[in-house]
Amino acid sequence: MDVATIFGLCGSALVGLGLYGLITNPQPLRKILSFNLLGGGVFMLFGVVARRGAAAGLGGDPVPQALVITGIVVAFSATAIAVALLLRLYKETGNISLSPNDPEKADTHQGKP
Amino acid sequence: MTSAAALSQTATAGGYLLVLSIALPALGILLALALGGRHVERVAGVFLPAGLAIAAAIVAETWRGGTPLFYAVGGWMPPLGIALRADGLSVVMMTISALVICAVGVFARADFFTPSRSVEARAPFVFWILLLAIYGALNIVFVAGDLFTLYVALELVSFAAVPLVCLDGRPETLQAALRYLLFALVGSVLYLVGAVLLYGAYGTLDLVLLSQQVHAERVTFVAAALMTVGLLAKTALFPLHLWLPPAHAGAPAAGSAVLSALVVKASFFIIVRLWFGVMPGIPGFAAAQLLAALGAGAIVFGSILALRQERLKLLIAYSTLAQIGYLFLMFALAFNAGTARLDSGGALTGGMLQAMSHATAKAAMFMSAGLIYAALGHDRVTGLAGIGRALPLTIVAFALSGVALMGVPPSGAYLAKELLLQAAAGTGQWWWGVVIQMGGVLTSSYVLLVLCHALMSPDAPVTLHARVPRIQEAAALALAVCSLLLALFPWERYLPVPRGTPPTPFDLDALLKTIWPILAGGVLAILMGRWGDRPATMSFGSAVAAVIAPARCAALAFGGLIERLDGVLRQWTAAGLSLLALVVIFAAAMLAGR
Repeated sequence: MDVATIFGLCGSALVGLGLYGLITNPQPLRKILSFNLLGGGVFMLFGVVARRGAAAGLGGDPVPQALVITGIVVAFSATAIAVALLLRLYKETGNISLSPNDPEKADTHQGKP
Repeated sequence: MTSAAALSQTATAGGYLLVLSIALPALGILLALALGGRHVERVAGVFLPAGLAIAAAIVAETWRGGTPLFYAVGGWMPPLGIALRADGLSVVMMTISALVICAVGVFARADFFTPSRSVEARAPFVFWILLLAIYGALNIVFVAGDLFTLYVALELVSFAAVPLVCLDGRPETLQAALRYLLFALVGSVLYLVGAVLLYGAYGTLDLVLLSQQVHAERVTFVAAALMTVGLLAKTALFPLHLWLPPAHAGAPAAGSAVLSALVVKASFFIIVRLWFGVMPGIPGFAAAQLLAALGAGAIVFGSILALRQERLKLLIAYSTLAQIGYLFLMFALAFNAGTARLDSGGALTGGMLQAMSHATAKAAMFMSAGLIYAALGHDRVTGLAGIGRALPLTIVAFALSGVALMGVPPSGAYLAKELLLQAAAGTGQWWWGVVIQMGGVLTSSYVLLVLCHALMSPDAPVTLHARVPRIQEAAALALAVCSLLLALFPWERYLPVPRGTPPTPFDLDALLKTIWPILAGGVLAILMGRWGDRPATMSFGSAVAAVIAPARCAALAFGGLIERLDGVLRQWTAAGLSLLALVVIFAAAMLAGR
């Protein structure tokens, strides 16, 4: 097993964890964190692709690394917007829930951002 | 496509227009941020029409040259550099989005106006900047030449669209915005994974280079499935629509118009680029059928739910859901069984026309709904009686956009329907023909329901809470008329229109063909619509009422069932699981198609 494979497996594990959290966890803040895990996993896959030198057959391919940096910026902005929305929602309502229809359930998942 | 030109030169004549179309809105945003206050509105007032002028220049340039525009940024050719390309699809979408954005700009001047000598208000400041941002990001989506630029553009569209949802800061809109953002993020991550896999397999992200290299192997299927489903989540195709109704219904009218008309079209456009441009030979029969089946589900589901809504804005939002479904029928109809590839032919043109006529008509509809809300102080469908007399122009705009959506000639939806039906007949897929006709019936039903309520005479005289500015009504009306006349434009210059079409939109046959779906829609509206304390059967007399009552009972039970199913599907867990399931199913369908 070479380094690229280990990295690939770690990336896949992160993607799996992130997806699981995003889908099952009802709390928005944890969803945001899960999204970051998921994104981290995808960026590691980028790293694997770079290591394999997809384009030129070289030892390392710079293009995916350039893409990862852009991707990190995008994910960072997304997280910032999501957290801003979450803080505003908490300020307005005192709880953070994504389901508008059941306030009782929302209370049980209450958390402080 | 442009590969021959691409090899010889770094830009075609007029290629700089593509750069301008992206750079100008960005410049506008920076200026608006720097100047602030009342100047924001003025900056938008200059840069939005300038965008329209650039779109017009691109139309003129491609009309004269007849070839796509191309520009390699910085003179670096792909695969190293980033290419901008504008073919027929890009040009028409850019033009329509420029038109809609400008009309929204005119409409929003009354709502997001900063009076002189007042302190800077948050909402107008943010609105104009977001409008410019959405406009610029959409242009990137339309001209981007590689998968990663498309990803960034798609995210830019979302980041500009999400704050638009919660512009007025009510808790439920904040919630809707957060749901929208989180679900859209899942979608874009799936897309990104697909793009990485393709880069790993073929070593390029450029759309044209990729289209020359892709071949049917496992990694391509998985990548295609991931990207398609990720984009579907952003387009809110049934059953991945959990975020759309609250987000589109909660935004201010001008925002809803942009979101419904243009933002969902961005991810749709990328799916079209992928399936028709990059990998027409990859999806195969089963995946194309599956995509169209989801579209058919969206039509039935969205339309019935639209009929059952209490609030006008939600009704229109669910109608968007149904119309999105319509856009995906073309994927099955464009499939050529002989070559096992998707043909860029009449079906593609039909789908794009549908997208354009929906963009214009739906923007007009949301604008009129916003005016009705402002005037009445509510937008309950059953409480609209008398509004037809109070706001005649607004209701005319709503009616015209509804008529345009129903596919009455010479609307764009009419031509789209004809082209799609022709493709259905040509490929022997009669079942999609049935779905298309049914879609017409369902669209008519909810439009008629609203119009009936609006034209009823009220019990008490209608008191208007606010005056409705003429200019806002004019903006809505202009877009509705634009949608209604879309079939008259010579599309064959930009889109592949098969010979022998279009049939002249004004002959008697065409009119007769459009009348029966409207009548059937009326019946459906009577059976399933909300009528409040005025039963629809009131005016028919007891004999007819006796026939209708049991039928309405059954129809209502069916509607209730659909509503309950929608409640389940719109839960986060259900939507997330269907997202993953769809990825697996699409990949399996593409594999099985081999």
